[in-house]
Amino acid sequence: MAEPILEVRDLVKYYPLTQGILFKRQVGAVKAVDGISFELMKGETLGIVGESGCGKSTLAKVLMNLERATSGEVRFKGQDITRLSGAGLKSVRRNIQMVFQDPYTSLNPRMTVGDIIGEPFEIHPEVAPKGDRRKAVQDLLDVVGLNPEYINRYPHQFSGGQRQRIGIARGLALKPEVIICDEPVSALDVSVQAQVINLLEQLQGEFGLSYMFIAHDLSIVRHISDRVGVMYLGKMVEIGTEEQIYSYPTHPYTQALLSAVPVPDPTGRERRERILLSGDLPSPANPPSGCRFRTRCWKAQERCSVEVPLLAVPELLEGPAAHRSACHFAEVRDVIGTA
Amino acid sequence: MSEPTNTLDGKAASAEGALAKGAKGGKDAKERVASLWTDAWYDLRRNPLFIIGGLLVLFMVALAVAPQLFTDKDPNSAGFCELASSLKRPSADHWFGFDVQGCDIYTRTVWGARNSIIVGILTTSLVVLVGGTLGLLAGWLTGFWDSLLSRVTEIFFAIPLLLGGMLIMSTWQKGNAWTVSAVMAVLGWPQIYRLMRSAVISNKHNDYVVAARALGAGTRRIVTRHILPNAVAPVIVVSTINLGVYIGAEAALSYLGIGIQSPAISWGLMISDAQSRFLNAPHVLLFPAAVLSITVLAFIMLGDAVRDALDPKLR
Repeated sequence: MAEPILEVRDLVKYYPLTQGILFKRQVGAVKAVDGISFELMKGETLGIVGESGCGKSTLAKVLMNLERATSGEVRFKGQDITRLSGAGLKSVRRNIQMVFQDPYTSLNPRMTVGDIIGEPFEIHPEVAPKGDRRKAVQDLLDVVGLNPEYINRYPHQFSGGQRQRIGIARGLALKPEVIICDEPVSALDVSVQAQVINLLEQLQGEFGLSYMFIAHDLSIVRHISDRVGVMYLGKMVEIGTEEQIYSYPTHPYTQALLSAVPVPDPTGRERRERILLSGDLPSPANPPSGCRFRTRCWKAQERCSVEVPLLAVPELLEGPAAHRSACHFAEVRDVIGTA
Repeated sequence: MSEPTNTLDGKAASAEGALAKGAKGGKDAKERVASLWTDAWYDLRRNPLFIIGGLLVLFMVALAVAPQLFTDKDPNSAGFCELASSLKRPSADHWFGFDVQGCDIYTRTVWGARNSIIVGILTTSLVVLVGGTLGLLAGWLTGFWDSLLSRVTEIFFAIPLLLGGMLIMSTWQKGNAWTVSAVMAVLGWPQIYRLMRSAVISNKHNDYVVAARALGAGTRRIVTRHILPNAVAPVIVVSTINLGVYIGAEAALSYLGIGIQSPAISWGLMISDAQSRFLNAPHVLLFPAAVLSITVLAFIMLGDAVRDALDPKLR
């Protein structure tokens, strides 16, 4: 892989909890993202998985600068973008775009498809001269596999998959280098999911895009990702190549997640064991001390409640299995039964 | 690449035919198919509630704009009222009969429409302007300004329209269409404020607003292109219904003698003058009252129809 295009360093996002009607005071904080570091390489797809409420979407919003980071850095080509504003921020926005989860709420129902996809050009007039915009919008519709003559239609006249294509076309309009996909297919039918995924892959090849692909469907993440990061309660617990995560998972949480993936092969299904986690996701406003996963972990010991495990390559991992994992007792356990 | 779930295949062929025609004409406007507003308009044209309400409203507005078209008499001219005709019953020449002063009720009813319509439209415009602007500000800014504005609004909201109107009008002692509108607008804006504020708040967290921000859109673009077009529908609906309510409230104030004052003509005033002789001469009261009811009803019907057409849940 080439050089990193996006570097995230110790990214933190806390949402203050306030009380009071007219004058508010802070009584605590929801630690949605709590010290995450990773990098996104040029042209790669980084999958981010984790259960609902683990901070995946918050991470996306902070990367997009839709929410201000509490602390930490997000470097785009070496430049920290978390503290940008005004023109600097606007120019960064040209390079990092987003595809949203719900194609039914991400398109303004009162705007035509042409207006929706053309809006990026109105905000950044330098990208496409006024006379060429209609043509540019039609080209984008063509690129995402929609009839360019749909330009004057409204979102409610399209199916979910078609709407998501419109959302992708809008994201592509400014020719960004990074696209953050926040669960782009979880609201779609399975048959349509595959089409949208294939479209995303095809566009990546065509335009050399880097994707950060957030999802909770592990099979789709495996299909599309070069590398995968696993999040739990605002922390990255394990990150590695698709092969490393799926065949050599070392963090108990990753193992539990993977053991829930349906296996189409009945013999494989019988061979493997299902890891059932007890308890619920703890509140991110008051996370457990030490390792955040210890309250639900079968390996948890005294050390886990005292010492926060760092995201590093455990010593006993060697060869192809060596990747970063935030567990004191990391060890490979094949839970899918494919390795 | 086509999708198995393509819902447009059937429509696509005909739409493309239309597109080809549009291209010949070279008009973009012709290609515009079915926005939510045009859909709503399509629905409305088929709704009998809208047609009846709309025709009645149009008729009332015509009365207000050009009463001369509907009667050749002028109620302000000398000799319009003749005491000799006092309380005469309706006849072929004088459809609604005469009131106690011997004035032709039909002519007065026709000329009275103007004040009612002025009060209705002016009050509604002021309410939408003030309530809508403040609601937009509060919903958009949130935090301190929202809390402050909302508390102020609650104070106004606690004053009933009629009671507050009576209090202000009886102290002010200047009853005409303009003052009545101003007073009702002062008391009426909180309703639209609340509506606008909640519509703005519910819209501003939508993904399309987030998407616009992610593209780098400024506040003005987000508010005018994304928030307002999606927030105005409920405001339009409630305003249309309220227009009728304000007309009724004006009549009530005038009836109580603190709204529009004689010699200006108002339906409420006519009803008030007629009530003492209701048993002897019911027509003096019934005709203006009926027209008032029909007008209020027409606006409420119109508002109901618009609400049905704009409600996406009913599609």
